[in-house]
Parts: sequence; C-alpha cells; structure tokens
Amino acid sequence: MKPAPFNLHLPSTLDEALAVLAGSSNARAIAGGQSLMPMLNLRLAGVDDLVDLNGIAQLSGMAQDGDCIVIGAMTRQREIEQSALVARTLPLLSEAVGYIGHNQTRSRGTVGGSLCNLDPSAEIPTVAMAMDGELTIARQGSQRTVPMRDFALGLMSTCLDADELLTSVRLKPWPVKSGHGFVEFGRRHGDYAIVSAAALIELAPDGTVLRCSFTLGGVAHVPCRVPAAEQMLQGRRPEPEAIQKACAQASEIPALTDPAYPEWYRQRLAARLLERAVHLALERATPALTKTAP
Amino acid sequence: MTKLDAASRHDLTLRVNGRSQTVNVESRTTLADCLRHGLGLTGTHLGCEHGVCGSCTVLVDGVAARSCLMLAAQAQRHHIETVESLAVDGQLNELQQAFRELHGLQCGFCTPGILMTLTELLKTNPDASEDEVRRALSGHLCRCTGYENIVRAAMAALAQGGASHGPR
Repeated sequence: MKPAPFNLHLPSTLDEALAVLAGSSNARAIAGGQSLMPMLNLRLAGVDDLVDLNGIAQLSGMAQDGDCIVIGAMTRQREIEQSALVARTLPLLSEAVGYIGHNQTRSRGTVGGSLCNLDPSAEIPTVAMAMDGELTIARQGSQRTVPMRDFALGLMSTCLDADELLTSVRLKPWPVKSGHGFVEFGRRHGDYAIVSAAALIELAPDGTVLRCSFTLGGVAHVPCRVPAAEQMLQGRRPEPEAIQKACAQASEIPALTDPAYPEWYRQRLAARLLERAVHLALERATPALTKTAP
Repeated sequence: MTKLDAASRHDLTLRVNGRSQTVNVESRTTLADCLRHGLGLTGTHLGCEHGVCGSCTVLVDGVAARSCLMLAAQAQRHHIETVESLAVDGQLNELQQAFRELHGLQCGFCTPGILMTLTELLKTNPDASEDEVRRALSGHLCRCTGYENIVRAAMAALAQGGASHGPR
C-alpha cells in the first residue's frame, strides 16, 4: 500500500506554492497529511504534483487582529489545543479540538487541512460554522475572503478552485460572559463523530437569550446551523422545556444515512446532543445559576 | 524551491536517533518505509498504513506522529526518534523494562509505537494520571493484551520517573 508516484514540491513561500498549483493540471496541496496521506496510500487519491505546505512558515500561527483571532491554515491542531489565547478567546474551538483523532494525529493535523477536507463530522469545520468564520483564500496574484457557509459547498467539497489555497481562518470571539458547549458521540474516543453538536449562548442581563448559535456536525453533508432552534430560544428565558422543544428541531433536518447509522438514528442523536450542548453552554454562561438549578 | 521528480530517486539527509544519515528514496516514499527499508530501522512497525493502528508512531522533534502519514522528504530538518533510540548500551530502559516485567506485550507488533507515545508522555507529563495514560494510548491498537498490562507498565514507569532516554 504505497502512493502512486508524484512530483513532490517543497516550497518555502506561499507564492512558490501558488505558482506550482497554477502550473499543473493535477496538483494538490498537502498540509498535515492526516487525511490525504491515507487516501494516497490507499490510492483513493492520485496526483501528478504534490505541494507540501509544511515548509511555509507564514501559514502557521495565531494572532489577534482587531476584535478577531486569525489562525493560519498550517497551525497544528495540537497548537490550538495547547494555546492559552485560544482557550481564553475561543473556548468552543479549544474544547472541540480535544475530540479530533488522537495526540499522535493532532501533532501533524492542521486547522486548514481539516477545513479543506471538510468531513461532515469534523470538529473544526463545525466550529467555523458555529462562529460564522471567514476564510481567506489565495491564488496567484489575488486573494478573497469567503464566509464559512459559502466555503462549504457539499459533502467534502469546498469552493476552492484547483489553483487556490486556504491561507487562514478568522474567528470573532463571543463575549467573555457567553457560554459554549461542544459534545459529540462516537463509538470510541478519537473516532469520527457520528453526530456532534456545538452551542454558543449569550444571555441578556434579565436572563433571556440575547444571541445563540447552534450547529450540528455529522448530520447534513456539511456542518449545519439549526436556525429553527436558534429562533425559538432567541429572546426567551432558557427554561428546560423551551430548550427541549427548540432542540427537537434538530431532528427535522434531513440527515446522512448509511447501514450502520440510518437517518432516524442521526436525527435522534442530533436532538439529544444539541440539548446537551445547550445545557453545557448555559451552565458556563451563568455559573451562578448552575448550583441552584434542579 | 526543491522539487523531487516522480521518475527518479533522491538523496535525503535525515537526522534519526541523533545521527545524520543520507538515504536514497523516491518522492513518494513514506517516512515509515524509509526508516525500515532505507535505514534498516525495522523496529518501527507498519500495520494499517493509514494512520489508525499506531504501530508506526515515532517522535518528530519529540512529538509523537504517525510515520506512515509522513513522507520521508517531509522529515528533513526534523529530528526523528524511533524505538531503537530507547535502549541504553544494549540495556532496556526503564519503560521497556516495565513492559517486560509487567507483561505489557504479547506479540509485540504494536509495542514500538506505544513505547514512543509513552516516551513523549513520560517526558512532557511525568505526573500523568492513569486517565491521561489511557487517553494517550487511545491512539494505539493492541489485539493481544487488552491494554491493562500496558497501562500498568506505563504507570510503573511513571512512578519511577522513568524518562531515561537513549543517545540523542
């Protein structure tokens, strides 16, 4: 089980990498390789030119830019996991990254690789969808910014053209007092989730929901928001019955189906997990109330 | 920019277990195959060849990674450590000794990868709890032991503060 032959390009700048992509009819970029290498090894993917992004220093690292955090596409998942900046400003991402694969794959796996691979149940795309992330995409001589909902076109398909590269993702932190919750269900730790759920909630001073974001992974072809549930809680007091009713909307979404996990199963999981994520987010948004809650 | 042609073989200089060595490989050669066939370091085992089983785990700059999911050319300018780096002067190190004494292996196929993961854990988290050990081991499949003795051996090595390493 070896990859079919390819020319391997080892650029040290983004421009060099973009030039190779522009000049080849069958080129692909490789980031951490935790999904593309298996596909090459299994010969489910084949390329003439493989462009290794690991030598391009300018693509990795995290920085605060105004009220946003910009994360370079080649930033390792382990760096996210260990980052104090991410833990403080993007706790949802921090929590989600712990569910990705294992130590031994997060050490190589990258933020950009996960976004571009766009597995329907992958954690980082789910967080990017939950936070309305903006993705910066480069091609030779130009650059564009695309919101996550337009980046994710379909099952493992992004809006990237063959000569384009994702260079960074921009996430706007929610206020410190808001709460977050990320939960998922899989058969073993480190497996791809069957379904995952992410919740972000900001409460108004009177205890009603000022703003919320509910997202599911592993349900639709791409991670999807649950606007029906968001609208049902918006402006309302988050009582358990209201939450349950809102989260039940998650099981109305047409879900992926396969012999092991049919649609009805994913839909049931979706509602239960979303409810769990919402409760987790609420506990964190209002820590004073958790002790008195029944 | 370096380009390694598909059609030819290429000399790469890799730093493995503290020694710089030149090895002649194809552009598509994985680090795992390069270690085994190019450098004769057959301690690194290949199981699934798609990143799931963990047998091929090595340390890349001290951090555990799958050598079947890395190309040999990507390992240039990094320090690679394999299971061969663990024994000191032909003697098992404390971690290996703990595996031997507590029956942390049967067939031994998965053991090299597990030892490398635990080598990193001993060094970066010497006070690791059993829970953290199990979490680290979750990236490895063992079909013989049921993991209990592996966990026991890891806990014993941690108790000894056993982060002794082979030559750098």
